[in-house]
Amino acid sequence: MNFDEYLTEEFYDELFESDGKARNFVVPLVNKINSLSKRELNRKKFAAESALKQQGITFSVYGDKDGIEKIFPFDIIPRVIPGKEWYQIEKGLQQRIKALNCFIHDVYNDKQIFKDKIVPEELIYSSSCYLPQCEGLKPPKNIWIHITGTDLVRDKEGNFYVLEDNLRCPSGVSYVLENRSILKKTFPDLFQAMKVKRVSNYPDQLYETLRHLAPENNENPNIIVLSPGIYNSAYFEHAYLAQEMGVTLAQGSDLTVINDEVMLRTTKGFEKVDVIYRRIDDDFLDPSVFNPESLLGVRGLMQAYMKGNIALANAPGTGIADDKAIYAYVPQIIKYYLDEEAIIPNVPTYLCENKEDREYVLDNIKDLVVKAVDQSGGYGMLIGPKSKKKEREEFKEKIKADPRSYIAQPTLALSRSPTIVEDSIEGRHVDLRPYILYADDIFVSPGGLTRVALVKGSLVVNSSQGGGSKDTWILEEDYS
Amino acid sequence: MLSRVANSIYWLSRYLERLDSIARFINVNYFLMLEKGEATDGKTQWDPLIYASGDHKDFFQRYKKADEKNVIKFLSFDKTNPNSILSCVEAARENARTVREIIPTEQWQTINDLYHFIKDESKKKKHSNLQDFYKKIKDYNNQTIGLTLNSQLRNQAWHFLRLAKLLERADKTARLLDVKYFSLLPNLSYVDSPYDAIEWGAVLKSVNAFQMYRQTYHRVSYENVSDFLINNQYFPRSICYCVSEASKSLAEIISIIGINVEASKYMDDLETMIKSKDTKSILREGLHEFVDAFQVKLNELDEAIYNSFFALKI
Repeated sequence: MNFDEYLTEEFYDELFESDGKARNFVVPLVNKINSLSKRELNRKKFAAESALKQQGITFSVYGDKDGIEKIFPFDIIPRVIPGKEWYQIEKGLQQRIKALNCFIHDVYNDKQIFKDKIVPEELIYSSSCYLPQCEGLKPPKNIWIHITGTDLVRDKEGNFYVLEDNLRCPSGVSYVLENRSILKKTFPDLFQAMKVKRVSNYPDQLYETLRHLAPENNENPNIIVLSPGIYNSAYFEHAYLAQEMGVTLAQGSDLTVINDEVMLRTTKGFEKVDVIYRRIDDDFLDPSVFNPESLLGVRGLMQAYMKGNIALANAPGTGIADDKAIYAYVPQIIKYYLDEEAIIPNVPTYLCENKEDREYVLDNIKDLVVKAVDQSGGYGMLIGPKSKKKEREEFKEKIKADPRSYIAQPTLALSRSPTIVEDSIEGRHVDLRPYILYADDIFVSPGGLTRVALVKGSLVVNSSQGGGSKDTWILEEDYS
Repeated sequence: MLSRVANSIYWLSRYLERLDSIARFINVNYFLMLEKGEATDGKTQWDPLIYASGDHKDFFQRYKKADEKNVIKFLSFDKTNPNSILSCVEAARENARTVREIIPTEQWQTINDLYHFIKDESKKKKHSNLQDFYKKIKDYNNQTIGLTLNSQLRNQAWHFLRLAKLLERADKTARLLDVKYFSLLPNLSYVDSPYDAIEWGAVLKSVNAFQMYRQTYHRVSYENVSDFLINNQYFPRSICYCVSEASKSLAEIISIIGINVEASKYMDDLETMIKSKDTKSILREGLHEFVDAFQVKLNELDEAIYNSFFALKI
């Protein structure tokens, strides 16, 4: 099993040129894999999967009463990005996050951007992600989006685009760290040879980001991670990050609010909390303010927050900038707040709410990807070229009934990266989710999660829909 | 430490100890079967294991006879028995999962491995080498103990782990004694016969005590075995040792927390009960009565621990 018969076909390939030659910066990697026998490569793959199982990085298959657990599929061939290209991504993400943070602050405070008619105000108030409870909110240091994970994709020419911003509770960073620790065992000699940037300091950076939120005179703030609990599919990540930072991992039932202070129930009695890295959605944070049915949150949390007695990361209300109809305005948002052109472009987006766009979408739905504006994770979407007529008709009806809730984008021929598929190596479509931390500076963790659609020809990389992941190597400099 | 976390650590530790005891009991019964051949026409009693587990009522509701196959199934792989090895490992792992950020990573991994190991065996239609299976469980358990011993901070988590393990162990040792004593009673002629020695030897082996017993007493007799398992202050599975060490861990927890709690009163009661009597008077007054009273006190203590640490009300 090697690259001898590997075909890039008509796609942009992460590791190979279109003429089938390995890109110069991945030559050591390609040589290494070519030098292994099929047996050796399979053994490496097996060892990687066993390590994942041993660490319990598994998810349960819902509805299976025997509790069968599967590991998240992982491919041992890394995706590699040269340093020069990464530098542009880094700059582009810092720019975007900075502008989006200004935007969210403006939406809930001065509303200058509406007055200047850059973004239509109605778009905000008609969004299911807008939280009126956050009006007038000024979070510590005016930072709203402390931890984000932006989804990037490449097109046929190899240009990067932002696909989604994920400003609420993006998950997956634990897989970045775990994938790396596994690949260090799989290909130990390549890391130095290729000068791969390290990702292992993410937990330290995350801790500093959270610490940055605590009042400055507090020498030893009590920071916790708030998780929905062990049945949540990202529980492993919550536990992992808490463990790596050495902070308490709590669930809603461990917390209570006394005199507008958030308290942990401990064996010693109640203990005050200063900063919460919450991994539950806005809607579940506080049943007295949001969803009254929520058992995951803490009654009274929002009042404590509004009084400044507790810091939350991320701030509530940030989902407004995740709305896919708002997304279409991000290039203008960047221009408005920073007076700069967007470094990483958006995917062209049709807002079904606009009559012209809508008619185009309805006529050309077969070539487009249609998405519900307030959903993520690969849910609520239609991939035109892969859809059945019946599904397209259903979506057309949905669009006509509620145009504000849908956008459409051209179907991108996502880039591919070589992936082990049973007995051969084939190209599979990938995306990239780098993780960004916003404290005094905006830090972009070098690399991120490369998600790979394991099903041949599939464009959907989400783990809930048969996707797997790869380690992402950012090189210190171009390897040549 | 979070109350919920303390609770999970406590039960994680108890379930691990519990499944370890079951594995030991079963494995020793196997060996017994091989050893005593002639004396009983090769028939080994399996029902004492059911009584030792304390779940005999549940067992006889669902199984007709306490033969090897049924007993092994009930104690090892029966999901509807909450105290089977399979149920215990599931509960242990579930608790470990909720505290995986607290316990050493390798310990979580070992518990996770143990879970997969037991789960895989439980799915087999035919169990070909169960003795190895039970031995491997003991090995895994020793590994988890070693990992905490070598890397866990001596903080509340450590003392809750220890407290739970020791109380569970004291309970199992008491049950074992009780059952063995009872199963021997109908055959008073056996007392101090070679067959008796084999039986009591098996009791000792099931708590890994035979070698250490020999160093202390040399000859096997039921008074001495009882004394060793109840009152020996140096043997880490004797009731006396477990209770006094559990008491130390409880005292440590209380001193870390800085608040006195009702659990300490129940712990003192338990300790007084053990220390105030020698083995001779226990046997004279009845071992069964002693074990019964001990278990009542143990349950009271368990409840007090729950109220003191895990059930914080606003």
